[in-house]
Amino acid sequence: MSTLLQISDLRLRLEGRPPAWLLRGVSLEVAPGQIVGLVGESGAGKTMVSRVVLGIAPANARVTGGSVFFDGHDITHLNEAARRHLLGREIAFIPQNPMTALNPVERIEPQITDVLRMHLGLDRVRARARALELLHDVHLREPERLLRRYPHELSGGMRQRVLIAIAFACRPKLVIADEPTTALDVTVQKQVLRLIRELQSHSGTAILFITHDLGVVARLCDHVHVMHGGRVLESAPVAQLFASPAHEYTRALIAATPRFDRPGELLRPIPVALTLRLAEDARVLDSSEPGKRG
Amino acid sequence: MNALVQLLRRPRIAFGALVALALLMAALAAPWLSPHDPLDQDLFNAFAKPLWAGGDSAHLLGTDSLGRDLLSRLIHGARVALVVSFVAALLAGLLGTLLGLAAGYYGGKVDSVVSRLVEIWMSFPSVLLCIVLAALLGAGLHTVVIAIVIIDWTRFCRVVRAEVLVQKSQDYVASAVTIGLRPARILWQEILPNVVPLLLTLFTLEMGIAIVVEAILSFVGLSSANVPTWGGIIQEGRLYVNQAWWLMAAPMLCIIVAVLGMNALGDGLRDALDPVKAR
Repeated sequence: MSTLLQISDLRLRLEGRPPAWLLRGVSLEVAPGQIVGLVGESGAGKTMVSRVVLGIAPANARVTGGSVFFDGHDITHLNEAARRHLLGREIAFIPQNPMTALNPVERIEPQITDVLRMHLGLDRVRARARALELLHDVHLREPERLLRRYPHELSGGMRQRVLIAIAFACRPKLVIADEPTTALDVTVQKQVLRLIRELQSHSGTAILFITHDLGVVARLCDHVHVMHGGRVLESAPVAQLFASPAHEYTRALIAATPRFDRPGELLRPIPVALTLRLAEDARVLDSSEPGKRG
Repeated sequence: MNALVQLLRRPRIAFGALVALALLMAALAAPWLSPHDPLDQDLFNAFAKPLWAGGDSAHLLGTDSLGRDLLSRLIHGARVALVVSFVAALLAGLLGTLLGLAAGYYGGKVDSVVSRLVEIWMSFPSVLLCIVLAALLGAGLHTVVIAIVIIDWTRFCRVVRAEVLVQKSQDYVASAVTIGLRPARILWQEILPNVVPLLLTLFTLEMGIAIVVEAILSFVGLSSANVPTWGGIIQEGRLYVNQAWWLMAAPMLCIIVAVLGMNALGDGLRDALDPVKAR
């Protein structure tokens, strides 16, 4: 099968004394139209993967190895101008926190139409018409009034819908969603997930869905990568991952997830021994890494 | 409109706005407001007493050593103070903001150069700068304006740079990057509007500072001798403080009220526009 996004053996190092490894050889693939989950605890490196793809990795982090291919092109070390051409048009992003991701002093209209006018070359009137369509697609009521509003006049769920509308505005091939529901209420979470699923099935956009919630993965994704300590520990189709998790850590992660279908069952935290063993593995990996400073 | 009413409910902003309005009136309508020509001498009527000390109503605040009407001179002085401080604050703000935006947003070498420049600039004694400037350009209002701009642009530059650094780390800027906006557009369209409230505050405070600097420079004679200035009136009145103390006290009071007003306006705006403090 052809792949849309192919990340191979990606290594990212935070320069400092001592340098710290953020990604220790991450490989993953996203096929066109597929929803791929990237799960892991905080600090596993999920967000860093997305940031490298988007070209917004921290200034003091450096890609020291591996590659990122998008649609057949190497975008690992793409220059800024070429990346701008890609971002928003081919690769779009749904951020984690809708409360802060919109410019607080700008009305909603320009925040949606910017991306349309820049990438699709629409004029003001057409961009506005398309923005209304988009707001309708994300099921926001009274889109005309909404366009004139400021972000603080909208609820968190509404803002996330606006951000989703912006992400899908240019019909991108890939949408990267970084924990898009974490900052929302549980009821709103469910609606937003349903919306993402719906838009995805209409547009055929591939989604790289970053989350720490295995429940969301089970409901939404086709394929899953489990990350820990900057490594991908296991990659499998969703059904297989939950039916027969291969890696010890995946089993521990599943056991640590609350299940509504088995009330009363005790949650088992991830064993300390396992975490220590994974950390030791990482250390061994790091010490064999060239370019490491004493 | 509603927001304006909200702002004016704050006592400090109301007071500051009142002072600013009075200054503006004096500046715009000086020739009609002042009862006499501020330069008209009447040597037979020198040191006329102000109204409260038994003077006549032709000269409400009395006259100076050359018989010029003090009230008229103060009103025309307000005009100079306002124009000079406004233009100076505007130019200093423009220069400082541009450099601060560039330093904060582009970082790296641009930031290093601008930041070092600011540090060197600030370690240079400002009085010396003024004297050098006066020697180069000669005395006059333009010298005063240029002196204030050259001394005070650093104030804007430092604060704007710091604010841009804060704004740059906000999520909305990352969002703007991920939809492919150009850096220059992000800076002007996304970040700058978020810095404007701060600029408004800084500008108002700077006007207060500029009024004082203008008075000082006029006092030492670096400003124009052809128009009445508050600093100049104080300087002339100083000689006759034993006979006519009001000649010195009145312009001092003008300066104090004007500066207090601008500072109150600036502080009030800062409180009102700071989202953390306001809530």
